[in-house]
Amino acid sequence: MKNDKIVIAKKKFNSRLIVGTGKYKNMPECAKAIKLSGAEIVTVAVRRVNITDKKKPLLMDYIDPKKITYLPNTAGCFTSEEALRTLRLAREIGGWKLVKLEVLGDKQNLFPDMIETLKSTEVLAKEGFKVMVYCNDDPLMAKRLENSGADAIMPLAAPIGSGLGIQNKTNIQIIRKQTKLPLIIDAGLGQASDATIAMELGCDGVLVNTAIAKAKKPFDMALAFKNAVIAGRQSYLAGRINKYLYGNASSPKTGIIT
Amino acid sequence: MKKINKIEIKVNGKFKFIPENYKISNLVTDLNIPLKKVAIELNQEIIDKKKISKIILKKNDKIEIVHFIGGG
Repeated sequence: MKNDKIVIAKKKFNSRLIVGTGKYKNMPECAKAIKLSGAEIVTVAVRRVNITDKKKPLLMDYIDPKKITYLPNTAGCFTSEEALRTLRLAREIGGWKLVKLEVLGDKQNLFPDMIETLKSTEVLAKEGFKVMVYCNDDPLMAKRLENSGADAIMPLAAPIGSGLGIQNKTNIQIIRKQTKLPLIIDAGLGQASDATIAMELGCDGVLVNTAIAKAKKPFDMALAFKNAVIAGRQSYLAGRINKYLYGNASSPKTGIIT
Repeated sequence: MKKINKIEIKVNGKFKFIPENYKISNLVTDLNIPLKKVAIELNQEIIDKKKISKIILKKNDKIEIVHFIGGG
């Protein structure tokens, strides 16, 4: 396990857990949860600076971008134009090229608009961005994203913030078999065991926000997710047994007293 | 003589009146913006932060100043 690093856009990371920085009560809580989770990559949103309240705490004052990799996202973007504008701004803040692309298509279920997503991926890849793409759990679309220059495929487990866990294991496994790109489950996880299941399916990592930030005890849940990802990865690498319909005794059948 | 601050611009969606010969760098200073932690757009075009002291703002200019906040 020691050398089992995840490689994203040629950069190596020890932790396979990526966490979001939204929905926490405050910045100190967010920073502590991230520390406990062991995550080396965190997603961040690009928004207007509050020009009326200059004392508002800044994310960068709590999470040092020199120590933790910022992954700017395009949350709230519903068109390719909005997403491109957002990520170009993100790059301008300080040279961020590794980004999370997320173009939403529906305000209620927050499913990705894959046509806009695909268009954006092509443009961003050409502009030199390293694009981690939030997408549907659709193997055909995942292939298209890969062919368009995506650096990581990030299918949803379930709708963002729903906490439902992985709804379509089969599709995730098919995507796993067809791609060598990092495969990261993004969105919809509810509890630590969901992360273990994702890792056991062969995913390279998971991205979690709400399940940690909105847990009754976010710090404990951050730790639980950290352990769950490690357990799932170990289990996957260890190789599970075949499934049988009937029982198969664990103790020898010979030498039984009569 | 009429007072200064007569040019109307929009900063992050809010109207602001500025004097003549007011540059983006003046705005950054006046609003106490931590330049290293933001990106600036002028009329939907990203501005090179090194050049902000050379750009004089005009009437109806739209400025967006963004930074990173918590998000998933």
